[in-house]
Amino acid sequence: MNNHYDIIIIGAGPAGMSASCLASKYKAKILVLDVAASPGGQIFRAVETNQSIDKQKFGANYLNGIKLVNKFRKCSINYHSRAKVWHLSENGEVHYLKDNKTHFVKAKHILITSGAQERPFPVAGWTLNGVMTAGAAQILLKESNLGIQNAVFVGTGPLLYLIAHQYLMMGIPIKAVVDTTPLSNYFRAIPKIVNLRGNFNEIYKGIRWIGDIKKSNTLFIKRISDLRILGDEEVHAIEYQKNGQWNKIECENVLLHQGLVPEINISLSVGCRKIWNQQQSCWNIDVDKWFQSSLPSISVAGDASSISGAIAAEASGKIAALNILAKLNIITANQRDQLAIPIHKSLKTEMSTRIFLETLFNPISHFRIPNNNDTIVCRCEEVSAGEIRESVDLGSKGPNQTKSFTRCGMGPCQGRLCGLTVSEIIADQLNRSVEEVGHYRIRPPITPITLGNLSTTKPAVTRSN
Amino acid sequence: MIKRIDSQKTEMIKIYFEGELINAHKGQTVASALLEAGVTHFQNTTSRGSQRGPFCMMGVCFDCLVEIDEQPNQQACMVNVYQEMKIRRQTNIFK
Repeated sequence: MNNHYDIIIIGAGPAGMSASCLASKYKAKILVLDVAASPGGQIFRAVETNQSIDKQKFGANYLNGIKLVNKFRKCSINYHSRAKVWHLSENGEVHYLKDNKTHFVKAKHILITSGAQERPFPVAGWTLNGVMTAGAAQILLKESNLGIQNAVFVGTGPLLYLIAHQYLMMGIPIKAVVDTTPLSNYFRAIPKIVNLRGNFNEIYKGIRWIGDIKKSNTLFIKRISDLRILGDEEVHAIEYQKNGQWNKIECENVLLHQGLVPEINISLSVGCRKIWNQQQSCWNIDVDKWFQSSLPSISVAGDASSISGAIAAEASGKIAALNILAKLNIITANQRDQLAIPIHKSLKTEMSTRIFLETLFNPISHFRIPNNNDTIVCRCEEVSAGEIRESVDLGSKGPNQTKSFTRCGMGPCQGRLCGLTVSEIIADQLNRSVEEVGHYRIRPPITPITLGNLSTTKPAVTRSN
Repeated sequence: MIKRIDSQKTEMIKIYFEGELINAHKGQTVASALLEAGVTHFQNTTSRGSQRGPFCMMGVCFDCLVEIDEQPNQQACMVNVYQEMKIRRQTNIFK
């Protein structure tokens, strides 16, 4: 059948691209579905079309992305850009939306490589116009050569410093960098240096970025303990607390970032088991060393299962592909094991930096669980932290009940920007673990579609008896 | 204040926001073209009617919803500009 494949890969970032390239070498029939206009994922976004005079300023990693994208373009697969998956089932059926029409395809195995999103940063005023994520600023830069002048960068994590550094290299003025990393994280992270096993490159890079930012005379404020963004509809200023004092910086734009978390909605909707990762303070999709999920026909690789970065994602995509090829009897289990040895080894080296980074950049609990009851938690339905807490006082035992009580998570983003916060607030309020409290039950359609779109669905293929 | 950091020549695309002409660059998303033109208010939320504009730029947050050629609920950050595109602020849902 035309719409039947060996493997459907959801997402064309580093994990999806490397998996496609590897699996296509063995003549597997592959379909790649990706929401973006071109391949690369967020990390290599617009790498083919970027017209920046000096791409070097984006850093070596971004330039390496061109090689991977070129390789992906050349491999023999079916690739659909701007394809939004809105439903998938554990027996390999996938429904997606493209050009306002829905399409149905089926595969023997599905590989989810949906990547990461930025962690919610619920502080007072984060819904005001003029507040964006730092990742959004980077997208404007990569895709359209646009820089947000005199913005205040706020938060923690390697990506925040990288983007501020890219701004610096491009000559875009920065009003201030306000760092929320607490001193206690440094003390906790230092003993983890042994885990690096000499793999200091990434750490040096980060130190250099911060060093360059400080040398540039950009206002750099460290170790703030609290934060609020002021404005009516538009941002006027941010206020931060340091050493018990509140200080104000006037600004029109605030760029927030406190790390990345897996994009789990696709995996959860099909029923993959999740586990709470205490060190990352977020959900991971439970996968084995072959990136096989709890469901026999679904694998989840790259940041979509656990945040590990682009290089690790490339490796995990290959490992997942080898495992799927073996399951489909395209290669033998022995071939899989042999071919995976060097990839598992390089993945292990790459992962050695994670414990250190995750410990150092784990966001302070009150930037994940807002103290201020007026702070909006669910941006779509405008439900505040106070209303979430009130639902618990009224007897809610978890996110799904709180959702019925308050409408949190019922808006178009489908809980992507409030899910973690809601689970953590409820766990905190009930004095239970997040694992026990759970997460929203994610149901299809996993991206909003209209009834008009739905009416374009062709009758499902008739199954042979 | 959002500013272009290079002056390379790209093909220009005429789009309209609330009836006003905006010269956008080919390959730009609607969200980036509007932000470049100084538009920050894209929609009002359906719950309380608060003003919103792009937040994540990657299709996750749905804060940048606009009406494009009479189609409501279009994610401005996920759609590229094309000639004569007519965009409206999405406020009609909240009354």
